[in-house]
Amino acid sequence: MDFLLQPLNLVIFFPLLGVLALLFLKERESLARWVSLITALITFGISLWVLGLFDAANPDLQLTVVRDWIQVAGWNIRYAVGVDGLSILLVLLTTFLTPIAILSTWRAVEDRVRDFQLFFLLLEVGMLGVFLAQELFLFYIFWEFTLVPMYFLIGIWGGPKRMYAAIKFFLYTMAGSILMLLAILWLGINQGSFYLPDLIAIGGIPADIQYWLFIAFAAAFAIKVPMWPLHSWLPDAHVQAPTAGSVILAGVLLKMGTYGFLRFNLQLFPQTSVQLAPVMGVLAVIGIIYGAIVSYPQSDVKKLVAYSSISHLGFVVLGLFALNQQGISGAILQMVNHGISTGALFLIVGFIYERRHTREMDEFGGLWKVMPVYAVLTLIVALSSMGLPGLNGFVGEFTILLGAWGGGVANGPYGSYLFAGLAAVGVILAAVYMLFMFQKLFLGPVTNKKNEGLKDLSARELAILIPLLVLIFWIGLYPQPFFALIGPAVAKLTASFSGIAYLPIP
Amino acid sequence: MEFFNSADLLHALPLIFLMSWATILLLVAAFARAASERIMPALAAAGLLLTGYFAARQFGNPASAFNGMFAADGFSAFITLLLVLSGLLAIALSSDYLKRMSLNRPEYYVLMLFSITGMMLMASAADLIVVFLALELLSIPLYVLAAFAQPEPRSEEAGLKYFLLGAFASGFLLFGIALVYGATATTSLTGIFIAAQSGLEQPLYLLIGAALILVGLAFKVAAVPFHMWTPDVYEGSPTSVTAFMAAGAKIGGFAALIRIFIVALPSISEQIVPVLWALTALTLIGGNLLAIAQNNVKRMLAYSSISHAGFLLMALVVYGQDAARFDVVASALFYLLAFIITSSGSWGVVIALEKQAGKGLEFSDYAGLGRTQPVLALAMAVFMLSFTGVPPTLGFAGKFYLFRAVLEGEYVGLAILGMLASLISAYYYLRLIVVMYMQTGNPKIHSERWLNLTTVGAAIGVVVLFFASEPLFDLAALALLHVN
Repeated sequence: MDFLLQPLNLVIFFPLLGVLALLFLKERESLARWVSLITALITFGISLWVLGLFDAANPDLQLTVVRDWIQVAGWNIRYAVGVDGLSILLVLLTTFLTPIAILSTWRAVEDRVRDFQLFFLLLEVGMLGVFLAQELFLFYIFWEFTLVPMYFLIGIWGGPKRMYAAIKFFLYTMAGSILMLLAILWLGINQGSFYLPDLIAIGGIPADIQYWLFIAFAAAFAIKVPMWPLHSWLPDAHVQAPTAGSVILAGVLLKMGTYGFLRFNLQLFPQTSVQLAPVMGVLAVIGIIYGAIVSYPQSDVKKLVAYSSISHLGFVVLGLFALNQQGISGAILQMVNHGISTGALFLIVGFIYERRHTREMDEFGGLWKVMPVYAVLTLIVALSSMGLPGLNGFVGEFTILLGAWGGGVANGPYGSYLFAGLAAVGVILAAVYMLFMFQKLFLGPVTNKKNEGLKDLSARELAILIPLLVLIFWIGLYPQPFFALIGPAVAKLTASFSGIAYLPIP
Repeated sequence: MEFFNSADLLHALPLIFLMSWATILLLVAAFARAASERIMPALAAAGLLLTGYFAARQFGNPASAFNGMFAADGFSAFITLLLVLSGLLAIALSSDYLKRMSLNRPEYYVLMLFSITGMMLMASAADLIVVFLALELLSIPLYVLAAFAQPEPRSEEAGLKYFLLGAFASGFLLFGIALVYGATATTSLTGIFIAAQSGLEQPLYLLIGAALILVGLAFKVAAVPFHMWTPDVYEGSPTSVTAFMAAGAKIGGFAALIRIFIVALPSISEQIVPVLWALTALTLIGGNLLAIAQNNVKRMLAYSSISHAGFLLMALVVYGQDAARFDVVASALFYLLAFIITSSGSWGVVIALEKQAGKGLEFSDYAGLGRTQPVLALAMAVFMLSFTGVPPTLGFAGKFYLFRAVLEGEYVGLAILGMLASLISAYYYLRLIVVMYMQTGNPKIHSERWLNLTTVGAAIGVVVLFFASEPLFDLAALALLHVN
């Protein structure tokens, strides 16, 4: 009992209580929504309590729980969770977005309500586990486990091509993670531990092997992010997923990939991280430009938002592999920003889809006249997504660009004007496709008669969007509290790169 | 020279007991026909439980009996326990199914017990002659069981096909034994090891003999390219027999493979490992690719069982490395355990949906199961995920330990191949989940007490035992081979 009452265990496993309660409900019962929402809200509350216990000045893992779990044949597999500046915001993002996503299913999910909520809460357990696990075996279990509920969410409640999308999502992600599993096994055999702090302390992996291990881990994470050219599962999964699924998929699941880079690749393989930083930078920049260019001609709004995610997460990867304070801090903040902005965009698309059952841009036009509140809120979110100063996206992207430029840290060849310059082009392109979309949907006369009678946002829909808007402004105007949470841990991480000389790739 | 003494009998107690029990049951079946139809499953299960009890007592005091022809050690004890488990599961799956399909003849259970004694003997055989005897004792009742649904033509075909090809494989095995004897002048596994160590006049004979033995046993465990019989036999046999065959025959075959190769043939590992490697690769890739193309769940599971033989063979590839040998045995046994539970459970679902005359076995017959039968569908989904190796299931733990053994042996290429195979397998396992949950339909199922209990119990076991995999693996690690 004492074990379960540890703050971090409580936050990970509390949603299971909701799952348990749901099991006793009948199918189709609308009470299921309330059970699920309340569970998610309490989980959010617990995560705020964790935040209260969290000491921002301490760069190390905190609130750790380490227990022996499986001892077989000389292996000690532990249960180990902990939180530090690298993960605290992502934990909060997860617990924050989950109740919002659940609230958005009130009208959207009418079929098998109980099962939907059940999978949703299971998904939350998996995601929180991923962000908090400090032990590779445990991490892998949570990582793979998130696949299962998401697979069902897409496959059962998704759009017309849901089965294809669900299987594609599963197979793509699994392809990456099995390589990671091999690398994890290698570490367990040769380094004698799965516990991350131990592994970091032991270090000393030969450079040529580090290189392969880095690639094996990166395969799993790059597919999840997704980085160009491993992104092709993403549009299918997003377009077919139900709105709440998309929100969590874009808001949290993709962050598991970038977080994986941050937590494992950078910390376990510092030498290779330095060497491959330019390669990752190139892939990130290609992703930024590619995602933006492909977003532009999409006629399906949801697809547009999906492709824009590729572009935004390119920024995050670029920031991470700048390997300096600004780059990594910006990347972490941008993970949160993207979760908020893109989550909001998917919700917005969901609202109009619930009304019209289409997402084709040509069906709309002049919505501002019909739904003014909706239009204004969409505009704010769109501006935030394209990085307008004063809103959250700007802070993250600007810090990342600073990092990519290499400003402030004399760290050899990581900083590159070229990367920063090309990435900045991505910002301009983001403005192009976002404004283009906004214009098509909202401006001009009402061209389609079907749109004339549309109702503006309901109180529930406002309640969903307003918390997100508050954060959009908060981070945009006063990001200091967020950076304060991230800073010390990032400083500790970047210090580990300072002694490493850049060598050509073996 | 005395042939045996009372201590020998004690060492072989589980085997002797089950054999006698089966013989008594045969008499019961003959003389109390009407009553035996009802009580036979219970009697057979009781016999198995007692056998398991006797075997469990043998852990920890390895011994060899009958002039070194019979080994009673942790390995044989663990295998016996696995066999007891798979036998019990098979009985639970059979009892109602046989009644429903009007196949309820008491000989069914007797044959099953005889076959299990053969499998047990496979694990204890410390002499190639005994291996051959065990193989025949294992196989002949299975041939009959495969044809048990006669006059159903497909079942008869399955029995005949299995018999003909099985006889052929036995021939290979015997010829291999003869060659090994020719090279080493002994059939005792330890004797072969010593002879090979001290230098042979005709080392090539040993090599060819070992390869032929491998062929004979690869046939039993359905490794590609010796798998051709599997889909037809699995599909034609009554499903409860298939469930038993998929688990039991595999255990027996692998028990013999592991003991023969590790005890007798470590000296030729350098030459034989490439062969094993190729066999493994073919089995992994072939089994999985062929499974993708299936539209019949029974056939899909047959090919999936082939692919799992491939995973088990992965462990055998490492057998020649002293450092990894310990983990090889333990991880193979653990994988077998995971496979038995998952496989028996999934066959249980198949049995629940099967209708008369081989109907109700297509993928499309499973459409909508997630809605109409949530418990059964969830169980099947758990089994499919466990086959794929997704945590938190026993199948994942099995793969984890197995891949660990392979990496310890530094076969990175093989490990990557195995991972790719898992990925391919995910496609067809997921397809069944897709059909169950994401397509609409109204499947009718047979809800029978023991069947439901087995399926649900296996599903719970697959998840719960994952979290308790440590004691199980420890038990498997106790299953050391006794080399006298």
